[in-house]
Amino acid sequence: MMKVLVTVKEVATVEDEFEIEGTAIDERYLGADLNEWDDYAIEEAVQIAEAIGEDEVDVVTVTIGPEDCEQTIRQALAKGADRAIRVWDDTLEDADLLDVGAKTAILEAVVEDEDPDLVLSGVQSGDDSFMATGVSLADAVDFQWAAVVNSLDLDVEGDTASVRRELEGGVEELTDVSLPAVLTIQTGINEPRYASLRGIRMAQRKELTVQRLADLGLDSSVVEGDLRLTGMSVPESESDATVFAGGPEETASELAAILREKGVGQ
Amino acid sequence: MTDVLAIADHRRGELRDVSYELVSAGRDLADATGGDLHLAVISGTVDAFAEKLNREGVDVVHTVDYGEEFNHDVYTQAIVQLCDEVSPQFLLAPNSVNGLDYAPAVANRLDLPLVTDTVDLEVDGDTLVATREMYGGKVETTVELTGERAAVTIRGAEWPGASGTGEATIEAFDATIDEDAIGSSVTGFEEVAGGDVDIGDADVLVSVGRGIEEEENLELIHELADALGATVSSSRPIVDAGWLPKNRQVGQSGKVVTPDVYIAIGISGAVQHVAGMKGSDTIVAINTDPNAPIMDIADYAIHDDLFDVVPALIGEFQ
Repeated sequence: MMKVLVTVKEVATVEDEFEIEGTAIDERYLGADLNEWDDYAIEEAVQIAEAIGEDEVDVVTVTIGPEDCEQTIRQALAKGADRAIRVWDDTLEDADLLDVGAKTAILEAVVEDEDPDLVLSGVQSGDDSFMATGVSLADAVDFQWAAVVNSLDLDVEGDTASVRRELEGGVEELTDVSLPAVLTIQTGINEPRYASLRGIRMAQRKELTVQRLADLGLDSSVVEGDLRLTGMSVPESESDATVFAGGPEETASELAAILREKGVGQ
Repeated sequence: MTDVLAIADHRRGELRDVSYELVSAGRDLADATGGDLHLAVISGTVDAFAEKLNREGVDVVHTVDYGEEFNHDVYTQAIVQLCDEVSPQFLLAPNSVNGLDYAPAVANRLDLPLVTDTVDLEVDGDTLVATREMYGGKVETTVELTGERAAVTIRGAEWPGASGTGEATIEAFDATIDEDAIGSSVTGFEEVAGGDVDIGDADVLVSVGRGIEEEENLELIHELADALGATVSSSRPIVDAGWLPKNRQVGQSGKVVTPDVYIAIGISGAVQHVAGMKGSDTIVAINTDPNAPIMDIADYAIHDDLFDVVPALIGEFQ
């Protein structure tokens, strides 16, 4: 039986207009969603299970987050993950910033419990965007790894993942990685499915285990990092754009005049 | 332990610009701590790279002559050993795809706190104050690191590239690379932006982003491009969704374009996108959100619904 562990985060989303309260965005302007990158990681894991045989691959998700995020976890289960682990307790609730080191320590304990062959994590989260947890975790659990993967071809017999890493400037690096490995998954690697009604119904019955730090053999020292969030502000707009105001006919006509001046559409 | 060690970035025989930006960021930090700025360049033609990296403000360049191309296991092992030798207070790496493939591993192995994608760094007494964005650039945060040492990655194009010629000593560093611990191998590279159209050649680009909402709405963008005699390009989400081919993508992982006129429609202007089009002569933004980052670099803007403005604009040119 092969096991794929997918790290899943519920991220905070912010409305276009918002206010800051201290070092956080005022809750009134926050929403919650499945992290976009993790959606692709879940899809990749489910596609692996479908390709190899769903009875031969166990897809497990792990989330660090409060009870509120179970709806997001159920989304992953509805899309085809087999079961879920959620790590949370009062210590985590009271921490104002979980840095890469803290997330690594928690996920390391989960990987040691679960012993997966492959870990898929999103390249980054849409809210704090550290882009580092997957690779840090790989090193902590002594797995191989590859960051920013946009194509994955698994050779289970050969214990190898052939991946493409998306470098800057439209260049892809083709790399073979030995298993077990952590791969950080880039958007666009696949087309994440929508959960079917049947999937949503089945997700309600799938196992979702909650673990406290103590259950994982950890204590509160994991959240005592050297990083502190001390300020948050809206970046000052540097815009010196000429803004056309008025209805669409008016603004379009003004823009058209400028474009013609630049020789566009002549 | 007041020194700074910065790791140069190179690919396929070329040093990347961020390497020189690391020199600037590193020099500022070393001035604040009163230490030296060490650079390391690992793999490839290290001696030629070291000559180029010897810019004003660099004290030492360490060369690790092992292999040709980037391999994160080689980098991780070499940097861990260099940190042992140099004992830097701050380890600086680029926030590039390759930087993110080794910096978190190095930080984990050395038990260093890690702060990524920084856009500004200051030293205040014993504290490193890093500025970085959250929520896709909607807010800027300050993060304080109070430990004795830290690992930091810097965002490209935020610091000026260092210039001039320095007086650095160039030292070959004899890293011991455990080949059994190398678990990945690069088998090749591929350029993905080929195909029917080179958006890099276009004088006028009509570029579309997430604001278009549905694939069928793209017809509107094609109509506008036809009316203007322009070429259609896009931001990442449109290509991720499979609505346009990869060769139409503008940005860090797509193409860098510098047309005469760039019309951004329903594009918020994430930093990865802006990196690919900020050199355009004239930038027009059509977006409902007046606070979208694209407005910072726009020359002309309409803060309105693209589904109202674009049909009106097509009408103007028919």
